[in-house]
Amino acid sequence: MPEGALLELRGITKRFPGVLANDNVSFELRAGEVHALLGENGAGKSTLMNILYGLYTPDEGEIFLHGRPIDLGSTRAAIEHGIGMVHQHFMLIPVMTVAENIVLATEPRRAGVLMDYDAARRRVRELSERYGLLVDPDARIDRTSVGQQQRVEILKALYRGAEILILDEPTAVLTPQEAKELFEIIRSLTGQGKSIIFISHKLNEVLEVADRVTTLRRGVVVDTIDAEGATEEGLARMMVGREVLLRVDKKPSQPEGALLQVEHLSVVDDRGLEMVRDVSFEVRAGEILGVAGVDANGQSELIDAIAGLRHVSAGRIVVDGRDMTNADAKDTLDAGIGHIPEDRHRRGLVLPFSLTENLALHAYRHAPNSRRGLLNPRVMTARARKLLSEFDVRGGAPATPAFALSGGNQQKVVLAREIDGDPKVLIAAQPTRGLDVGAIEFVHRRLVEQRDAGRAVLLVSLELEEILSLSDRILVIYEGRIVGEFPPSATEEELGLAMTGGRAAA
Amino acid sequence: MTDELSAEEAIEPPPPDGIPQPQQHFRSRFGGLKGAIAPLLTTILAFFMGGLVVLLTGKNPIRVYKAVWDGTGLNWFVHVGHHSARVPFGTAHMWFPWDTASIAAQNLQQTLLVTTPIILTGLAVAFAFRCGMFNIGGQGQYFAGTIFAVWFGSSFNGMAPLLHVLLCLVVGTIAGAVWAGIAGILKATVGAHEVISTIMLNWIAIWVGSYLFGQGGPLQNSAQKSIPISNDIFDGAKLPVFWGLKLLQGLSIGIFIALAMLVVYWIVINRTTLGFEVRAVGFNPEAARYGGVSVARNYFLAMAISGAFAGLAGAVDITGWEYRIGQNDIQLGGSSGIGFIGLAAALLGRNTTLGVGFASLLFGALINGTSGRQLDPSIFRPDLAGNLTTIIQGLVILFVGLNLGGVWVWLKRRRRA
Repeated sequence: MPEGALLELRGITKRFPGVLANDNVSFELRAGEVHALLGENGAGKSTLMNILYGLYTPDEGEIFLHGRPIDLGSTRAAIEHGIGMVHQHFMLIPVMTVAENIVLATEPRRAGVLMDYDAARRRVRELSERYGLLVDPDARIDRTSVGQQQRVEILKALYRGAEILILDEPTAVLTPQEAKELFEIIRSLTGQGKSIIFISHKLNEVLEVADRVTTLRRGVVVDTIDAEGATEEGLARMMVGREVLLRVDKKPSQPEGALLQVEHLSVVDDRGLEMVRDVSFEVRAGEILGVAGVDANGQSELIDAIAGLRHVSAGRIVVDGRDMTNADAKDTLDAGIGHIPEDRHRRGLVLPFSLTENLALHAYRHAPNSRRGLLNPRVMTARARKLLSEFDVRGGAPATPAFALSGGNQQKVVLAREIDGDPKVLIAAQPTRGLDVGAIEFVHRRLVEQRDAGRAVLLVSLELEEILSLSDRILVIYEGRIVGEFPPSATEEELGLAMTGGRAAA
Repeated sequence: MTDELSAEEAIEPPPPDGIPQPQQHFRSRFGGLKGAIAPLLTTILAFFMGGLVVLLTGKNPIRVYKAVWDGTGLNWFVHVGHHSARVPFGTAHMWFPWDTASIAAQNLQQTLLVTTPIILTGLAVAFAFRCGMFNIGGQGQYFAGTIFAVWFGSSFNGMAPLLHVLLCLVVGTIAGAVWAGIAGILKATVGAHEVISTIMLNWIAIWVGSYLFGQGGPLQNSAQKSIPISNDIFDGAKLPVFWGLKLLQGLSIGIFIALAMLVVYWIVINRTTLGFEVRAVGFNPEAARYGGVSVARNYFLAMAISGAFAGLAGAVDITGWEYRIGQNDIQLGGSSGIGFIGLAAALLGRNTTLGVGFASLLFGALINGTSGRQLDPSIFRPDLAGNLTTIIQGLVILFVGLNLGGVWVWLKRRRRA
C-alpha cells in the first residue's frame, strides 16, 4: 500500500441548528487505499462526505489535496479536483441508456450541437473494460438491475476523471452476489491507483474490503485503525460505545399449534407474472420461521398476500383457524396479523404525520382512540407517550413528525405499533434494513421476545446472517417456490446454494 | 445526498436521560404560527410588485392602495371612537357604536358578501388537497349548487320561509357533492385523474346552465321570455339580511354559514376518523392502504365533501344576495369565477382553517375594493384597478408555487456556503 496522504481533512466542524454534526474531525486518505468510514446512522458520516463533495461548507477546518489546501465550494469544484461520489440512492435518468447517463452534461459533440453517440459508446466501453465494470452501453437504465445501475454510477464518476471515489453505503441495495462483485470492482479500481472512501455500517463488509477504518460516533472520530487484525466485536464497540451482542441470545423454541397456515398459495404481481407458485408452509405459536432468498423471488408478493394487500390467484391463507384468503387489509389486521413492512418510508409510516398519528395508524378506528367517528387526541397522545418510552424511541415527542426521526427510531415506532396491536402472527419483512448495530440488536431482541410470548413470527430477510441467527426453521424461496427447509444450524453456503436454485427441495 | 434538509441526515443529539427531544429547529422553521410567515411575505411581495405596476401608469401607488383600502370597507374597523354626540353643555365623545350606516359600513358589507363564497370554495379546494387531490372543478360544483338553489328557490311558493331557504341550501350542497363525487368515483374506480375530470365537469356545468337559463330554456324567466335569466327566488327562500338594507344588497347571515364551515372543516380534518383517513391517504396512499384504510372510498368521500362546500357556496350566493342567475353570469364565471378565486385562497392559506379564512378575506377585499363601485375614479381608473387585482392574485399564486419559504432557506444556505 502506497504511503503518504493524498487527501486530508483537518479539524472539520459542521453545525446544524441545535446539532453538532462534525466536531473537529480529521480524516486522511492515502493513495490507492480503501478507507472505510464506519458509524451508526446519524454519526456524521454523510455530513463529512457531503462536505468533501462540496455540498456543505464546513464551519471550521481545512481540506488538503496533495498537501495543498483546496476550496470545495460546490460539487463542480469537487469533480474538478477529481472527487466523485456514488450516492446511496442513484441519480440516473431511467429512460436514457447507460452511455447517455454516463456522458450526461459532458457529452461528446459533433459539429458543435449534435451528440456524438458513437464516441460516447466507445468511451464508455473503454472505461468499462479498463476497470472490469461490465455494462451494456445501449441498455436503458430502467431495464437494468440495481447492481448494473451502481456500476453506471461508478463509471459516471470515473468518466468525469475521479481519482477519489466516495461510495455511500454501496451494498445497502445489493444482493450478496452483487456485493461480492462490487468488492472485486473496488479491488480492481485501487489496483489501478484509485482511492476509495467506503461508507458503511456493516462490520463484515468493512473488514473484507477496507485497508483502514475510521470510526465516527456522534460527530467525533473515535479512532482510525488498520482493518487487518480488527474484529467485528471491536469495531462494534467503537461504533456504539458499549459492548454489543452480535449474536442473538435466545432459548430453544417451544412451538405450539399453527397460527398461520399457507396452503398451495399462488400470487401474481402487477404485471401479471406469477411470483408465488404453489407455496405451502405453516408458522406455529412460539417459533420464528425465516424465509431466505435473493431479492425479488416472490417474497414481497407472499407477504402482501398474507397481509391482505394483494389478491391471491390460488390457494388458501388461514390465520388461527380462520380462512383469511383474499380478506382486505383491515380484516386481516383485525384477525391478528401484525406486519412490519419492508419499506418503512413507502408503507410503514406516513412521514408527515406525528408519531402519535403514526402509532395510531391501525388503532385509530377503535375505542378508546375514537368513538363514533370522533378521535380522542388525549387518549392517542397518552398511548403514544407510553409506547415511545416502552420502545425507547429517541429524538421524538408524540407531536414530532415521523420524518424528523433517524431510521432506527422510525423502525422502533413501526415495531411499537405492530407489537402493541397484540397480533397472533407477526410478519417481519427486512426488519433491520438500513439500521445500525445498536438498533439491529434492539429489533432482534424484541422479535425473540415476541416469539417467547407465544406469537408466530414470520421473518423474511435478504440478510442471511439475520435469518440464521433468529430463525427456528428456515425456508428458502427461489423463483416463487419453496425450494428447501433448513434447521438454524445450516451454513451460509448451504443456504446460498439453495437461494440461487442450486439444489432441489431438501 | 441532495436532500440535505432531511433530518435523518442530521445528527441525533444525545438525549439527556432518555427525555424525548423534539427536533426543535425543524419544527420551529416549518410548523406552528411561523407557517404564516411565508404566505405573508408572499402577499407583501405581490402588493409591492403591484405597486410598481401602478407606478408605471404614472399614479402614486400609496394613494391607490389607500383608496383600495377605503373601498374595501375595512377602514370601518378603525373608525372606532370617531363619533361624537351633543349633550347639554358640550359634546360627548362616544367610543361606540361604529357608524353602521356609513359608506365604510356599506363597503364592508359588500366585501364580506364576496368573501363568503370564497371561503367556501377555498375550503372545497383545501379539503380535496388534504386527500392528495387537486379539485379544479370548484367552479362547476359552485354552478351545480347555484342551479339547484335557483330552481328550488323559485319553486314551492308559499313554503314556510325557514324551511324553504334550508331546502335550497341543502339541495345546492348535495348538487355540488354529486358533481364532484362523479370525479371522485372516476378516480377511485378507473383512476381517471381528477384534474382532467373536474375541468371537464366544469364545462358540462357551464353549458348545462347556459341551456337551462338561456332563451327558451326550462328554467328561463317565465315573465320576460327575451331575457336569458332565471326567475327570482321567492322571499321565503332568501337568507335574512342582518346588516344593511336588503335593497342595497346588505350582508346576509351567509357569512356566518361560511365561518361555521371553517370550524366544521377544522373539526372534520383534525378530530374525526374520516379526517385521519383523508390525511393519511393524502400524504401516503400506500401507507394508508397498509393501515387498513380504503383508499378508493376516501378518494370518493373527500371529493364529494369538497364538492359539497363548493355547492353550498353557490346556494349561499343565490339565497344571500343574487336571488337569480343569468346565462351571462354563468359564461363569465366559467373562466374567472369564484371557484378559481377559492383555489387561490386555498393555495395562499396552505389549506389550513385560519389560512383559508384570512386569504379569502384578502381576495374578497381586493375584488371589492377595486371594483368600479367602490374605488374613487379620480385616484385610479377602476377598470385598471380590476386588472391590478388580477395581477396581485396571479403574483400570489406564482409566489406560492415558487415556495418563497424554500427559496429563503436556499438563499441562506448559499450565503453560508
